Amino acid sequence: MKVLTLNFLTCAVKTCKSSSDSFPLHPKDAELVSDDVELNPQLLVNLLPRIDWKALRTTSTELGFPELPEQPPTAEELEADEKMLKDLHTLLVETQMNEGKLVCGHCGHEYAVREGIANFLLPSHLV
Amino acid sequence: MLPTPSTSHVPYARVYEPAEDSFLLLDTLSAPSETAFLAARFPSSSSSSSSPSSPPPLVLEVGPGSGVVLAFLTAHAAALFSRRDVLTLGVDVNRFACAATGETVRRAVRDDSASSSGGGDNVSVSGSGAGYFLGAAQGDLAGAVRPGTVDVLVFNPPYVPTAELPSMRQEEGGTVGYEEDSRLLALSYAGGRDGMEVTERLIEALPGVLSGRGVAYLLLCAQNKPEEVKARIRKMGREGEWRAETVGTSGKQAGWEKLQIVRIWRD
Repeated sequence: MKVLTLNFLTCAVKTCKSSSDSFPLHPKDAELVSDDVELNPQLLVNLLPRIDWKALRTTSTELGFPELPEQPPTAEELEADEKMLKDLHTLLVETQMNEGKLVCGHCGHEYAVREGIANFLLPSHLV
Repeated sequence: MLPTPSTSHVPYARVYEPAEDSFLLLDTLSAPSETAFLAARFPSSSSSSSSPSSPPPLVLEVGPGSGVVLAFLTAHAAALFSRRDVLTLGVDVNRFACAATGETVRRAVRDDSASSSGGGDNVSVSGSGAGYFLGAAQGDLAGAVRPGTVDVLVFNPPYVPTAELPSMRQEEGGTVGYEEDSRLLALSYAGGRDGMEVTERLIEALPGVLSGRGVAYLLLCAQNKPEEVKARIRKMGREGEWRAETVGTSGKQAGWEKLQIVRIWRD
């Protein structure tokens, strides 16, 4: 599961939906692997407006990647910044979470990730 | 014709094997009318040079099973969406289906780049038109997907009318074996009352799941009473907000399992 996925996932518990603490989910004991993918600057520039930057900063820091700037770059800034392109490419497109847990900051529920597959099926008492 | 992804590695004892319904989705999504709709809905700078690209569309397939449809959408992103920067994600209740989907997508993307760069003079040029596969997660419908983010949702639901629905969870301390495999397969086809119990839950969730530009492709069979389903969708939200049109049919079979694809979107 690519790290970018964490920008699109939230806690599956219904009562957590209204809480801002349920997004992003927090990786715990994460084992990361890296795929070799060709850099596509256009993808990253186009992605900018649809990424929740604050959540991405949290994810990046929690996974031990270098801290991202507080504000997202503009499209022009990103196009001109080879290092930033490379860093975002590595983090979002190449890095995969293979094992570990994803923890909801609101209810504390831990979703297991095994062999790259996260399990969001809730135990019956949480449905 | 875009090649159909290979699924020869999929364990069909516990994962739904691609069938007429899966192939109707492939045919519909690659029909000129749908690729034109998708290109207009998610314009990229390469398809209309004057304006900047809209953000990359996020494609979610609910219940990908073998992964044949999601692999098709991922490997042929450029041909289907007129852009390569397409993100794809699968959520299936069956863990074996998640693993199968990942493998089917990886193979299809690899085959696509091999066929587009192999043998030509420009071997060093990346000819791949593949999109970006985010992963496959185990879950119930789109319950773990952040609200308002899905741009293209594809659902080939369990649509066969059945007396009851199988449990989504394996029994506590349950064993692996024939019974567990039967439960997993039943999850792929058993739709409860009118074959609509799971589909109804997905339809109810659509306004929360889809982005403003979002569109859903839903497969229905004749016993699901598709005309009634479309009429109900058109009554959601404000008047005239939701559209639902049949955009693909399998007319070859006149039996009870005649299939259609309904496109659902906000106008």
